[in-house]
Amino acid sequence: MSLIVRQPGLLSLLQDPGRFGRHGIGLTTGGPLDREAFELCQRLLGNDPGCTAIEASFGGLELEAQTDTFICVTGATVPLTINDRERALWTVHKIEAGDHITLGYAKDGCRSYLGVAGGFNIAPQFGSSATVVREKLGGLRGDKLAPEDVLPCARVTEQVRLQLPRDLQPQYPRQVTVRVIPGYQQHHFDRLQQRRFFSSAWTVSQRCDRMGYRLEGPAIHCDIEGILSEGICFGAIQIPADGQPIVLLNDRQTIGGYPKIGAALSLDAGRMAQLQPGGTVHFAAISPHDAHNALHLHHWRIQHMPLQESQERDR
Amino acid sequence: MQLSYAGDNAVILYLGESASAAVAARVQAAAAAARTVLGHDLIDLVPSYASLLVIYDPLRTDHMSVLQRLQGIREAIDNASASESGREIILPVYYSTESGPDLERLAQQCELSVEEVIELHSSAEYRVYAIGFAPGFAYLGEVDPRIAVPRLATPRSKVPRGAVAIADRQTAVYPAVSPGGWNLIGNCPQRMFDPDAEPSMPVAVGDRVRFEPISRARFLELGGELA
Repeated sequence: MSLIVRQPGLLSLLQDPGRFGRHGIGLTTGGPLDREAFELCQRLLGNDPGCTAIEASFGGLELEAQTDTFICVTGATVPLTINDRERALWTVHKIEAGDHITLGYAKDGCRSYLGVAGGFNIAPQFGSSATVVREKLGGLRGDKLAPEDVLPCARVTEQVRLQLPRDLQPQYPRQVTVRVIPGYQQHHFDRLQQRRFFSSAWTVSQRCDRMGYRLEGPAIHCDIEGILSEGICFGAIQIPADGQPIVLLNDRQTIGGYPKIGAALSLDAGRMAQLQPGGTVHFAAISPHDAHNALHLHHWRIQHMPLQESQERDR
Repeated sequence: MQLSYAGDNAVILYLGESASAAVAARVQAAAAAARTVLGHDLIDLVPSYASLLVIYDPLRTDHMSVLQRLQGIREAIDNASASESGREIILPVYYSTESGPDLERLAQQCELSVEEVIELHSSAEYRVYAIGFAPGFAYLGEVDPRIAVPRLATPRSKVPRGAVAIADRQTAVYPAVSPGGWNLIGNCPQRMFDPDAEPSMPVAVGDRVRFEPISRARFLELGGELA
């Protein structure tokens, strides 16, 4: 019982929440770039939050069902069709063996999550199915999805078809404000540099991937060129010698020697990761205290977001 | 010890200004103590040359509590002893021009014989200062200054698995085929990273490593492969 990949699209990866507790042997975390969309996908399907789903970057994914199940697509605004009929995102749909599922190309945002009832059944490596291509770990063969890949899942015939009310569905504008907790080598950036960092509009460069988002704007100078390599947390903002910030994401290296001005609030880093090249980022400083409150409020919101039963006709 | 914010779920401890055996021991002590005081609130630790990144679960605890608990480990860190910390690990190495394409050039550059380079590399005890760059890549220090040569101007696109390499005062064993700019002087037949083995890595940060020269025959017997 499975879904078969007919077209993998530009970059489709199996992801669970990530591989944690393995930095000691140099493994990064992987996991969904947009955690919010991933978590809501699992919630809509009634899945355990640790289930495995597909993260499709920029779209273009086509699957064929070989079993009866239910699917849900969240995240970037992509056209979703089942047997050529357009279907709603953020909604659970019934699938029968033989059905053809397609994700078109992303209009707003660029990361979509396709989940299945009960999750895809993928053997974990180091406790996680998260695919990290650079490490050749997770997913199938430690690699992105390829045509004819078989994605095992359970046969499910009964399920409440839930939907996230339209007014609660996240939007993906082309401009994102990223809140930043100043830290690390922050004191090696003088007042002028910090002001420049927090007051400029930054453009997402072509070099944006699961390791990090490189931004373009006025050069930010640091008093020091490099540091002894040290641990890099999720969202850390590196400023290399060219003065162009890199916001480090799920597939970042675990240690590095560039100075860092602080780290993006994880929620906002997830929103930023929905930006395509050319998108705009603004930074705003927040205190660790406010960051903590923001995380808790967000977590509560995701857990309690009211879901409704889908009114869509099946077929 | 100096504490700094890192991110919304992380703080970083600075335990010295530069890499040394004494600082490595402090990093080790801090890691052990942080595990104890944070318990289930801890998600992961990233020990490195002179720092320790502490990643916690922000939904279970908060930065105030984490900072307060980490303040309490100062004494454990100050009592760390460099000589007692870490395990001793011996890694076999087949030093040769066929397994180490930069060995002869490095010897010439350092005005030493190939044998002297091997002697200097294999007689020192190294400390695992950090693990990163790639799964299982351990940064070992410090290399004798007489054989410390800088990285290649143009990195190789493909360094073989097991390659034993030098870059400045650091040495390492490449855990997998990868691009790399370090000077290759030999090859270690022992797997440095094997996702299917338990443990998946023979060394951890803080361990002390020695290299033992082995013959070509022994290298092949231990499963070593020549490109």
